[in-house]
This record gives sequence, structure tokens and C-alpha cells, in this order.
Amino acid sequence: MVTTYVATRVARSAQRAGPVARTAAVTGRNLVAIRHSAYWLVVVSGFFEPVLYLFSIGIGVGGLIPSFTLPDGTVLSYREFVAPGMLAVSAMQGALAEVAFNFFGRLKWIKLYDAMVATPLRPFEVAVGELGWALIRGSVYSVAFLALMVALGLTTVAWAVPALFAALLTGLAFGGAGMAFSTLMRSWQDFDYLSTAMFAMFLFAGTFAPVESFPPALRVVVEWAPLTQAVELIRGLTTGRPEWSMVVNVAYLGAMAAVGLFFASRRMQKLLCP
Amino acid sequence: MLVSVRRTWRGQVLSSFVQPVLILLGMGLTVGGFVDRGGALGVPYLDYIAPGLLASTVAQIAVAESMWPVMGAFMWNRAYHGMIASPLRPVDILRGQSAYMLLRTALPAASFLLVMTAFGAVHSAWGIAVLPIGALLTASLSGVILAYTASITSDNMFALLFRFLVIPMTLFAGVFFPVAALPLAVRWAAYVSPLWHAVELCRFATLGQPSALPVAAHVGYLLVWAVAGYELARRRFIKRLGD
Repeated sequence: MVTTYVATRVARSAQRAGPVARTAAVTGRNLVAIRHSAYWLVVVSGFFEPVLYLFSIGIGVGGLIPSFTLPDGTVLSYREFVAPGMLAVSAMQGALAEVAFNFFGRLKWIKLYDAMVATPLRPFEVAVGELGWALIRGSVYSVAFLALMVALGLTTVAWAVPALFAALLTGLAFGGAGMAFSTLMRSWQDFDYLSTAMFAMFLFAGTFAPVESFPPALRVVVEWAPLTQAVELIRGLTTGRPEWSMVVNVAYLGAMAAVGLFFASRRMQKLLCP
Repeated sequence: MLVSVRRTWRGQVLSSFVQPVLILLGMGLTVGGFVDRGGALGVPYLDYIAPGLLASTVAQIAVAESMWPVMGAFMWNRAYHGMIASPLRPVDILRGQSAYMLLRTALPAASFLLVMTAFGAVHSAWGIAVLPIGALLTASLSGVILAYTASITSDNMFALLFRFLVIPMTLFAGVFFPVAALPLAVRWAAYVSPLWHAVELCRFATLGQPSALPVAAHVGYLLVWAVAGYELARRRFIKRLGD
């Protein structure tokens, strides 16, 4: 029902619109869908997990860590250290929930995109539109999380603004890469690989302990994991310690987004318009 | 039940063994380094969280296994309806399902105990007692959840229950830090949860640190949940499956 209704709407607005409006129609489809089902509850509940971890590990376990000195000598409270990590995790999870799991459902299961490309929409526009939606969802999480951090005194409003952009870039990077990944998936079972990778990064990507404290062999792998790049960028901002290495973080995440999106839309072209 | 596990065991090993071991290493070794410098716990942090992680893994498996697969057997593949057409009674199905639950959690618990032993996190021979404690925790949680699953017709609530009850329970019921650090209201929520009692018992078994309450009180509390849960589940199963 909802799908038919939305498909008609997408089709109608796409007929007389340019590529930007056509892309926006794809994003708009999800805004309509969220109002018509329990989907919104799932979206809202996704916000709480990183928050719970902040309270449990950051504040609870942080109570067992009287002084926390980074390898460069900076002294932080443990909760200030963990909070930006959880913000990055939240941005990653918000984006991946959309572009990996839901995207795959729409692509293979309910065949939503087959319906969409029957209208003047092009696969590239579908991909960008979906990524736009993932970004909206991710940015809602990030704004709420940053507001919480400011309320708890873990960052300042002035630093929260650039941190928000860093979180959006994180969402864009994981969104692009995740979408590319899900166009390659054969079945839901293949998502176990993605979940395992997400879980390993959640634990080891400098979220709960500085990467510098890891054994050298592990450190090389961890330092170049995408989540580590995001955590370092966001942490530098929320703790008010900008560094030149953050340029590398930004370039890394930007490249990840661009390559992911390019690859995803090529694959969509192949899958939808063979 | 066991026959169908033979087809899907890889995913189970991933979530019920690899994940807890990763948490043990991730939190125990890296974060543990910083906690141990503070020395607030009296034992290495890895040894402190290991028994808690064992209990919380058992709890998560027990809850999840009482939700989706059981819902499936009622509604999706209707395996229970096939069974009820044979001379089996609803209560036989419930007992079989509960026995499977005990097995299903015992295997990951035993393998996790081996990993703990390898890391020197088990300080006393009583450590082996975590296995019966795990079984008791499984029984105390699965009864209530089985009763719930038997009384609903849609799986919409499962994901939310997991997010709003099970995950918070694993984060705040004394697995990662003592519940004494929590604000009073949250602390009582932890005391009510079966997981906290099992964590206390497991920690007593592997570390020899005295538990918060006498052992009999923790065991008794879990038994109340188990017996009440079984009784509830028995009624619900009879209602759902009895003509």
C-alpha cells in the first residue's frame, strides 16, 4: 500500500523534475515511509545503544579509572575520551543500518528500486537519494548525541559544531562504502561479515582505549580501519585539540565516500538496468 | 531441534563465542590496563569482567533463543503444530524446548570457561560452578520469555525488548563495573535483574570474592524466577497449543 502510494508520488514528481529533484524524491520516499509504520520506533531506538555504552563504559567503568593520560601526555577524563568514540559509532551505525540492511531489503526483497527505475529516475540518483536519507538519519543521531555531550560537560558548543560536520562526513563515508557492499551481497547471511567487522571496530578502533596502547601488530591494522579515522577526527574536535593529522582523516573518509558511491551506482546500473 | 542446528552452527559460534571473547580481550586487555593502574578492584580487570561476561552471554542467548526460534515454531514453520499432532502434549514440548535451551547455553559457557582459564582468570577450582550457575540463569530467564512469546502473535516487540531491557541489563548489572557506582534507582533495577545475581555467583566461583548476598539468597532468587517462569510458560503453552 505504502509502497504503491510512494512510487506514484516519486513518479509524479520525477516527471517534471531535474536530477536534483528526482534524487530528493527518493529521499522523500523514506520520509513518507517512516510516518506510516513502526519503522520510526526502530529508527529512534537505534539512538540509545551508543548512549547506553557512554553511560556504562564511559561513566561506569570510567569511575574505576582515576586518571587517564593519553600517550602524548594530555590528561582527559575517561568519559571525555569515550564520548567522541561513541559519537563516531553512532554515525557509523545510523548510516549502515540504512544503506546496508534496509537498502538490501529494498533492493532484493521488496524490489523498490525496480519500481523506481521504471520512472525517469536513474540508478545513480537512487543511490544518492538513499545516501541522503542515511545522512538525515545519521545527523539526527549526531545532533542529539552532541547535545547530550554538551549537557554532560564533555564538549563545548563551539567544538560541537565542527564535530557535527565530522560526524556527517563519517556517515557519508560509511554510507557510500556500505551501499557498495550491499550491492555485492547475495543473501542476509552475508551481512554477518559486515556485522562482525562493525563489532570488531566498535571494540578496537580507538573507541575505548588509545590505539597507541595496542601491541604493534594489531596497531597497524587498527590505525587504518575506517572507524579509527573517524574516531580520531571527532575526538580531536570534541576535546578541542585539533591536529594536522586530521587532514589525513578527512581525506580518507572523503575518498571512502566517493569511491563507495561511485562503485555502488555502477553496480546499481548493472543490477537494475541490465 | 538439534538436527536443525547442524545446518546453522556457524552463525551461532560467531555470536555466542567469538563476540564475547572479543569483548573480553578488547575491554580486559586494553581498557583493563588503565583500570589496573587505578587498582580499584583488587583483581586484574580482565579477571573481574570475565565471569560477568560469561553470565551476560548466557543471558543474551537464553533470551534470544526463547524469542525468534520459538515464535518461528509457533507461527512461521509451525514445528510445534507438527509435534502436537503426534502424542506429545504441550508440556512435553515446553520441557523439550527448555532442555534444548540448557544445552544451547552450556556449550558457549563451557568454551568461554576454557578461554578464561587460558588467560588465568579462574582463581579457584570452584570456577567449574559457573556451568550450573549458567544453567540456573538460563532457566530463570527463558521461562518468562517463553511465556511471553507463547502469548503474542508478532515479533515486532522482540527487537525493542532486546534494546531496552536486555542490552541495558548486560551493561548495568555489574558485568563491567560494580553496581555500587550506580545511582540508587538504577541500582535497584540491577538488583531486580536475574543477571546481577548470576554475575555475583559467577564472580564468587571464579575469583573467590564473597558475593553481595549469601550464596543461598542469590540462588534462591534465581530459582524463584525459574519456577515462576516455568509455571507461566506451561499455562501459555497449553493455551496456545491445546486444541
